[in-house]
Amino acid sequence: MIAPNKDYARPSTFDVRVQRQDAPGKPTRWERFRIPYEPNLNVISVLQKIARMAKTAAGEKTSPVAWDCNCLEEVCGACTMVINGRVRQSCSALVDKLLEETPGEIELRPMAKFPVLRDLVVDRDRMFRALERVQAWVPVDDYLDRGAGPKESQDSQESRYPLSECMTCGCCLDACPQYTKIELERKPGETDDSYAARKTAAYDTGFLGAQAISQAILFNDHGTGKMLADKRLDSLMGPGGVAACGNAQNCVAVCPKDIPLTKSIARAGRQVTVYSIKKLFDR
Amino acid sequence: MAQKRVLVVGGGLAGLACTMKLAENGVSVDLVSLVPVKRSHSACAQGGINSVNDLTRQQGDDEWLHLDDTVYGGDFLQHQPPVKEMAYAAPKIIELMDRLGVPFNRTQEGFRDQRRFGGTLFKRTSFAGATTGQQLLYALDEQVRRHKAAGLVTMHEGWDFLGPIVDDEGRCRGAVAQNLVTMQIRSFKADAVVVASGGCGLIYGRSTMSMACNGSAASRCIRAGARYANPEFIQVHPTAIPGADKLRLMSESARGEGGRVWVPRKPHDPRAPREIPEGERYYFLEERYPEYGNLVPRDIATREIFDVCVNGGLSVEADKQCVYLDLTHIPREELDRKLGGILNIYEKFQGDNPRDVPMKIFPAVHYIMGGLWADYARSREGGLEAENPRNQQTDIPGLYAMGECDYHYHGANRLGANSLLSCIFTGLFAAPGIEKLIGSLQASSTDAKFDSLHAGAVAAKQAEHDALLKQAGDGDENPYEIHHLLGEEMTKAATVVRRNDQIEAALTKVGELCERAQRCSLSDTGAWTNQNVVFTKALRDMFPIAKAILRGALQRDECRGAHFKPDFTMPGLSSDDPTERRRQAEKWCDAFQAKNEKWLKTTIATFDDAGEPSITYEEVDTSLIPPRPRLYGLVGAEMIEEVWKERQAAKDAAAKREPALA
Repeated sequence: MIAPNKDYARPSTFDVRVQRQDAPGKPTRWERFRIPYEPNLNVISVLQKIARMAKTAAGEKTSPVAWDCNCLEEVCGACTMVINGRVRQSCSALVDKLLEETPGEIELRPMAKFPVLRDLVVDRDRMFRALERVQAWVPVDDYLDRGAGPKESQDSQESRYPLSECMTCGCCLDACPQYTKIELERKPGETDDSYAARKTAAYDTGFLGAQAISQAILFNDHGTGKMLADKRLDSLMGPGGVAACGNAQNCVAVCPKDIPLTKSIARAGRQVTVYSIKKLFDR
Repeated sequence: MAQKRVLVVGGGLAGLACTMKLAENGVSVDLVSLVPVKRSHSACAQGGINSVNDLTRQQGDDEWLHLDDTVYGGDFLQHQPPVKEMAYAAPKIIELMDRLGVPFNRTQEGFRDQRRFGGTLFKRTSFAGATTGQQLLYALDEQVRRHKAAGLVTMHEGWDFLGPIVDDEGRCRGAVAQNLVTMQIRSFKADAVVVASGGCGLIYGRSTMSMACNGSAASRCIRAGARYANPEFIQVHPTAIPGADKLRLMSESARGEGGRVWVPRKPHDPRAPREIPEGERYYFLEERYPEYGNLVPRDIATREIFDVCVNGGLSVEADKQCVYLDLTHIPREELDRKLGGILNIYEKFQGDNPRDVPMKIFPAVHYIMGGLWADYARSREGGLEAENPRNQQTDIPGLYAMGECDYHYHGANRLGANSLLSCIFTGLFAAPGIEKLIGSLQASSTDAKFDSLHAGAVAAKQAEHDALLKQAGDGDENPYEIHHLLGEEMTKAATVVRRNDQIEAALTKVGELCERAQRCSLSDTGAWTNQNVVFTKALRDMFPIAKAILRGALQRDECRGAHFKPDFTMPGLSSDDPTERRRQAEKWCDAFQAKNEKWLKTTIATFDDAGEPSITYEEVDTSLIPPRPRLYGLVGAEMIEEVWKERQAAKDAAAKREPALA
């Protein structure tokens, strides 16, 4: 580990370089903003300052940078972006630490594996669609009164809980070499519904990625959830399933919640192997 | 006849619970949400969810006591039938959540574990680590996704609700919404609209709430004729981590698991906290409230922290208000297992490890007890009538309010771990009533006769939008700056301690800011993902509710729950002489009775076309549990309680005699 640079003097201002894009399919450009330094800033408060001034470092008027956020405490996953080359949440990215990494300047880019809607806002629908692909839910009969769910050991809860903390932020996918961007251009005159249907079809051919694989394992571990285990394994065996993982292990390195993603992937691989042998004999 | 549809606005716990219950019964639902529903503010709830359980029952607990704790904690301002229904539904709701796979913490034997929360002496709170809200939200999100896959639910994530569509007869027939990416404005035809849009903490600038909690959806219902109740009741959470962009919550569970609040007895003691010996620490909550200790209800903990810092001058730091919340005496392993999530938040944002160093915390605006006025149908047993379409319905027939944005359940102060419960309860419980309503309607919102109504509503919103964009050159005001100033005014005048002169001054200033907000100049006039214009609209819509909060607070000359006016307190007993003490207690009870006769009323804000509120009052249904003084920590509490009990017994006896005479 590199020791933090304690001697580094606090600047009076620092620059933020933002990769901007007006809309899908439009060219990207860099814009530089100058921010007065204050202690304890995070990237969100920097973006709030940029929105308030709407002026570049050169003093030119510009539109405010668009970005996504909601909870500001790293539990909703919305504000994910690439900060100084590393994908992470902008709420928990503290300016003092970033300036220690690269004095004087912070660089913000949108996530690389998702279609840019504008500036730092990306479309992560594919992640939610992936949850549907692996049927990431417990198939209860109804919401009527039927007593408690299955009893669970402390060990089981303690292994399910971390997986269930996944906030669908997409860091693991952005860092994954096998997860490639799927971006469809909207055809002229295309309705919302048919565009959405075309996107879904395209997403379903792509790699599921660590996020959805780990969720499949989460539900296969639950007493009632495992009643759909075979169906989930069918999805994991199909194209874009667990076999597409190249074992780069980037996912687990960038996960802000320290979810044991590679362990989930390994477990998914084993479950798929056992399931395919079983299927072979059951034929 | 065309198939009936329901539109749900908001995808937090209340909106999702309602959606999944409707879908279970075969009703088609459109769900509109500002953010992907999985990113809703419910995810921020940390501590847990309350219900009576098998263990507390053996200690003498039951649903009635849960009801009692809730209304006592809420200073009796809530109508009791909805609270009763909720308390009795709670154990079943926890079991349902358990079935849905929520990873609740477990005991060695594999049962759900429970912790204690503020305002009760029982361990009623089930929890999933320190991210219970997130876990519950995900469980409901998964169920709704399942119904979406089956084709019953259509998701519209990234849409801003612009207002309900109301026909000539005053019935809600759908809503207008705007896409946050394409900026398209369209109508959603619906036979009932459920607004489950959460709180409005953004009116205070910084709070513990998420950025979507701007109150605009509720405000847009107000504009369509809905009334707003109990606006002045705002919960300020005792323990938050101050930050430049947000005041991050430090859950009550930190105290529930044994966290102790203290300050050094010597003001701004420069020593490191752990070097300060026990004798030189002031555990002020434990000293002032020996029974509840660190787990007094939130309003009281907040005022004490505020008092110790502001009046006592004992803030840990000289230039910043804060006190210590100390967990360092608890074994690390236990902390990691039970509180890992929230401790990581502190570590991530403050850079200190709360396992080694006491946290520095201060109160922050946290929860909105008031909200859109909503109806309910009382059952003969004193609960709610199941499947009655009136439950949770606003003043506009067909328009419902649920979750934090309605005003039921929490009265003048919410107990910890009751909000997740009230959100899920309202969604699940009200859905069958909505189903009944839409089944009884003659016309369907998709009938051709409503086409022009919908087209007109869309055109009106489009015109407002276009005008705002065009105004860019003329205006000279910055919406973000005005928001900042609004937050400062509201925080100063209407949080922990309220004084009439300050509130009056704030009303003038907020009025000025409201006018300035009409002259906002947009720095972005584009027609694609324009966050500037969306924010400006939300900002303008903050003013009606902000004014109602101030007006309600100004007019209510008493102390009740979170609403605290030092000029209207009722001090404890001063005499040591038993006879005199008794006399003082009698007098105290007389004053308390008079205060209740005047102020034990729901505040109702009605708005004119300009968004100016006027205040009236409505009776509160306290038919189940007679109001009694809330005496946490008051000098002479025992004597007052004794007198009050005697009076209550006499009243009960009289009530029993009366039917016999008749």
